[in-house]
Amino acid sequence: MGMTIIEKIFARKAGLDAVGPGDTVVVDIDMTVLIDLQFATMWMEPLKIHDPDKLAIVMDHAVPAPSLKDAAGGPRARKFAAQFGIERFYDVGRHGICHQVIAENGLARPGEVLACTDSHTCAGGAYNTAARGLGPAEVYSIMCTGSTWFQVAPTVRYELDGVMPDSVSGKDVFLHIADAYGDAANLNLEYGGVGLASVPMHDRRTIATQGAEVSADFSTFEPDEVLTAFLDEHGVTGYHSASADSDATYVDVRHVDLAALEPYVAKPGTVSNNGVPVSRLGRQRIDQAFIGSCANGQLEDLAIAANVLRGKSVAPGVRLLVTPASQAVYREAMRRGYLQDIADAGGVVTNSTCGACFGYHMGVVGPGEVCVTSSTRNFTGRMGSTEAEIFMASPATVAASAVAGYITDARSVTA
Amino acid sequence: MSLTFSGKVWVFGDDLNTDAMYPAFAMKMDPPEAARHVFYDVRPGWTDEVSPGDVVVAGRNFGVGSSRPVAALFNELGVAGLVAEEFNSLFFRNAVNAGLPAMTLPDATTLFADGDTGTFDLSDGTWRNDTAGKSGSVPRLPDLILDIIAEGGVMPRLAAKGFLPAELGEILRSSTVAMRGEGSGA
Repeated sequence: MGMTIIEKIFARKAGLDAVGPGDTVVVDIDMTVLIDLQFATMWMEPLKIHDPDKLAIVMDHAVPAPSLKDAAGGPRARKFAAQFGIERFYDVGRHGICHQVIAENGLARPGEVLACTDSHTCAGGAYNTAARGLGPAEVYSIMCTGSTWFQVAPTVRYELDGVMPDSVSGKDVFLHIADAYGDAANLNLEYGGVGLASVPMHDRRTIATQGAEVSADFSTFEPDEVLTAFLDEHGVTGYHSASADSDATYVDVRHVDLAALEPYVAKPGTVSNNGVPVSRLGRQRIDQAFIGSCANGQLEDLAIAANVLRGKSVAPGVRLLVTPASQAVYREAMRRGYLQDIADAGGVVTNSTCGACFGYHMGVVGPGEVCVTSSTRNFTGRMGSTEAEIFMASPATVAASAVAGYITDARSVTA
Repeated sequence: MSLTFSGKVWVFGDDLNTDAMYPAFAMKMDPPEAARHVFYDVRPGWTDEVSPGDVVVAGRNFGVGSSRPVAALFNELGVAGLVAEEFNSLFFRNAVNAGLPAMTLPDATTLFADGDTGTFDLSDGTWRNDTAGKSGSVPRLPDLILDIIAEGGVMPRLAAKGFLPAELGEILRSSTVAMRGEGSGA
């Protein structure tokens, strides 16, 4: 019987001929990534770990330290990395949001399994990796033992048809899917189809990242030539990608006509069954506009924002915050002039961090405020006050909205 | 930890996300103080009402969102176990790994009302509403998962296997200590 991408990777890693929904498998983890927050509390140093070459540490959620508690974590992380010889230690200055750092450094490899202490680790699915966000205790355990278990969930297949228009991004594709189909708890999402070739890697990463928002287990893309070119650029070699079998079994196959899509926005609270095309939202004023996060702080996202903002000004009374997803993205965006364009328009470019996306530091929103964000999550209270409203949209829409002062898509401000 | 739990139930709705149980501002606090903010917006004051041994019953998509260790906060409050019509799998794993028993029970929010006494046994999948006199069973979890819960979560297991000092084994069964040791997530 045929297998889905995830089933195929699990079978390979568990040393089995076949696995299917309902099976519980124990698999070896190829790469485990710890984040700064794990060290900010009373970190307990292990006596031994499985393999320092299969471990990375990324300082991302709260850097540079916004509190004494976070400040205490840095030295613990540095001591641990030095003591155990962990070479993949992305300390402040060569850091970034973990999923961006994972992508830049080829830590998410096709056909392999990646674990990390952040729920958006499913981002790695863009690279045909079985990537999962797990809790701190479990990631700690994998760091020690090198393996963990998974209950294999049924898979939903998204068949992408048509060509994605220029005015539409991965964010819009995801927001449409989340609106149309809602939650996918205890399901895997798999993306493929003839339209996939028109979806660039950064858009795939946005879509894969946001699988967590619909409660999915894994969200994984088929490997193709676009992925191969990306991996070649990043020096990733020696991998064995996993394609779904033609007779794989899915709980549902859903077709998405990319050509028919338009810019989307999710209303506050959740992305599930809660979206609308921007053109049908009505006039929604904003106080803050945010472009950043593992989903949409990529170089391409900053390029899109700069293109919208160049020669224009952020509307009076509106704050535009832009957070590059990594120090590498920051440096390249600076070199290309994107940060100049953003700052000239009145936007605030921050250092790379998860920051405003999880309402922890920089850009927290207050009672009665409205934020339009390109980040990952629009739960009530996510970015600050429970009395603030968080709308979610693409970087182009967020940039255009910052100029207009209300939520609008980029077609209305570019000319 | 026991695979059986019995206590007064508190019934919650669908789609309760991690930020509603463990908001970002509470991530800046030590676990005992952070635990006082569970459900701070959806049911203000609940942490003053819940007693050790009580059970949380929720609807569908329970725990969607972050990897932050919410289960450890429930342990901190003395919650004996979680029951939901559907768990987000990351949230479910966090419960297992914290040694907090969790049972998936379809229609749980109609089978139980606030204040009922419920008894749940993961070892054979049975449940009982002692107040309403209803009972039934759900599929049993794999042994591999039950063993982790029974041993108090992953941290005591790591001590038993020599990854952490053996003398910490018993202390690590205290979730608060375990949670501090493994750090936090997002």
